[in-house]
Amino acid sequence: MAMKESAFAGTDEEISNPRGLPINGTYAINPADNITGYKSFQAGSFKFHRDEYFCYVTTPTGVHTMPADAFLRALMRDVAWGFFYGTVNFDQVFGTTNYYGEVDMFMGATNEAYTSAGRDFVERFKADKLMDVFKQMVSDWTNEGYDPFAAPMETGVPWGVKNGDNDEAVSRERVTARRMVGLPGDTPVRTDTNGYPVNRMFADVPQDRPEVHPEPGFEHEVSAYNLFGYLSRSDVTWNPSVCSVVKDSLFCPTSEEYILPVEHGNDRCEWFIQLTDEITWNVKDGATGRPRAVINMKAGDCCCMPADIRHQGFSAKRSMLLVWENGSPKIPELIRQGLAPDVAVEF
Amino acid sequence: MGQYTTDFGSIHSYKKGGVTAIDDDPKRYVFSNMFEVAAKSAPYERVAVAKNFEYVIESAKAEGESPWYTAAHDEFVISMDGKVRVDFIKLPDPDALVDPESEGAVKIDSKPEGANMGYVVLGRGHMAMLPVGAAYKFSAAETCTILIQSIDGAVTQHKWAQFCQK
Repeated sequence: MAMKESAFAGTDEEISNPRGLPINGTYAINPADNITGYKSFQAGSFKFHRDEYFCYVTTPTGVHTMPADAFLRALMRDVAWGFFYGTVNFDQVFGTTNYYGEVDMFMGATNEAYTSAGRDFVERFKADKLMDVFKQMVSDWTNEGYDPFAAPMETGVPWGVKNGDNDEAVSRERVTARRMVGLPGDTPVRTDTNGYPVNRMFADVPQDRPEVHPEPGFEHEVSAYNLFGYLSRSDVTWNPSVCSVVKDSLFCPTSEEYILPVEHGNDRCEWFIQLTDEITWNVKDGATGRPRAVINMKAGDCCCMPADIRHQGFSAKRSMLLVWENGSPKIPELIRQGLAPDVAVEF
Repeated sequence: MGQYTTDFGSIHSYKKGGVTAIDDDPKRYVFSNMFEVAAKSAPYERVAVAKNFEYVIESAKAEGESPWYTAAHDEFVISMDGKVRVDFIKLPDPDALVDPESEGAVKIDSKPEGANMGYVVLGRGHMAMLPVGAAYKFSAAETCTILIQSIDGAVTQHKWAQFCQK
């Protein structure tokens, strides 16, 4: 994920609350079901349970059903990204919107049919409290051998009754370089030795190292590493990690395969730089879900996602994508005041 | 049978994708290709291909030797498709060359005084730090593309209308 810790914790600025919702402080984690073995969970009026194939979200306005694999992959990203920037749509109905310290959880709030029929439902939570429930949910509902971070062809299946766990996978620490990967004391490069073999789809990516010739005393400043080699060894998909930092400018490259498990409705402009291969993005209106555009990105392409849309990517072959985020803590306040632009550049 | 070929693209060989609008204006996506931008620019012309508030990503054609640059903050460079050498000099008084409150890279008219810090040689996909307090210079024997993480500044060129899909 691409956020700084400060973004998850909130800022000193007033927290935006466009719906004027009160904080709901009701949480429950219920004992395992006698038949399926899975625990059920509750946050406010939202109730969550799963069986062998499906996950269910129940609110006073209805029940929403998702396949367990899609739900767990989306839940994993929402957890790993700390609710991320803006809205994480698990699908076209259920999701969360991050206000940096507080979170709206919704059913149908970004779906035109639900809102026009008055069937949408939203409640607000403290981010850390809801995150605790989500972490326990992804831990309990993930079975042994299934990794919701992995591409579908590289992991087991999520189906069936409760069968062990995979806490090692679902509790991965996100990678956030403080200055640049490979610098002394910063995030290390990936190697076979430290548990990051080259992915099968990147077997042809050169693993050579840059020539680095520092004069004595400048070893901490004259530094370089093989970024493409680093990305070829990523063991997760659709999980941006910070690799270099210029103030609040965060280079968050990632390896992508299959489908972005969420429809991400960012609250700010977000740039994609296609480093290798190809991704197709389906773009929809952020508020209604109406289709807006289809974007095909090939190696070298640069494209900005406006702040008023949601996007979902498809990558047939594992590809390298540079996700570029502006993590400035000032942006939530600009958004709250309506001063943040929807479009990054006008020409 | 399980064989995959990674498509890197290069300044000499690239394919562009694009925006197919359903109900939107393609200009809002500021869609361009870094290799095309570099190919159609002068050597070391640092053209913004992405901008987010004050921050930019610049694409440049690396060919021959660049001027010396410095900035009041770190920058980073990725060689996208070829071999690029980066030389570094430690500036004894960086504030004399760049306002410490300023943003973005500035060009230095001639080789600055200071200790030789060493150099790196980047190949395709390699990233290097351009550290604050240092001057740096690129050189490339063969034409290739570099991508620079920086802040909009004196050397940043804005040619959106020339390169972005309309």
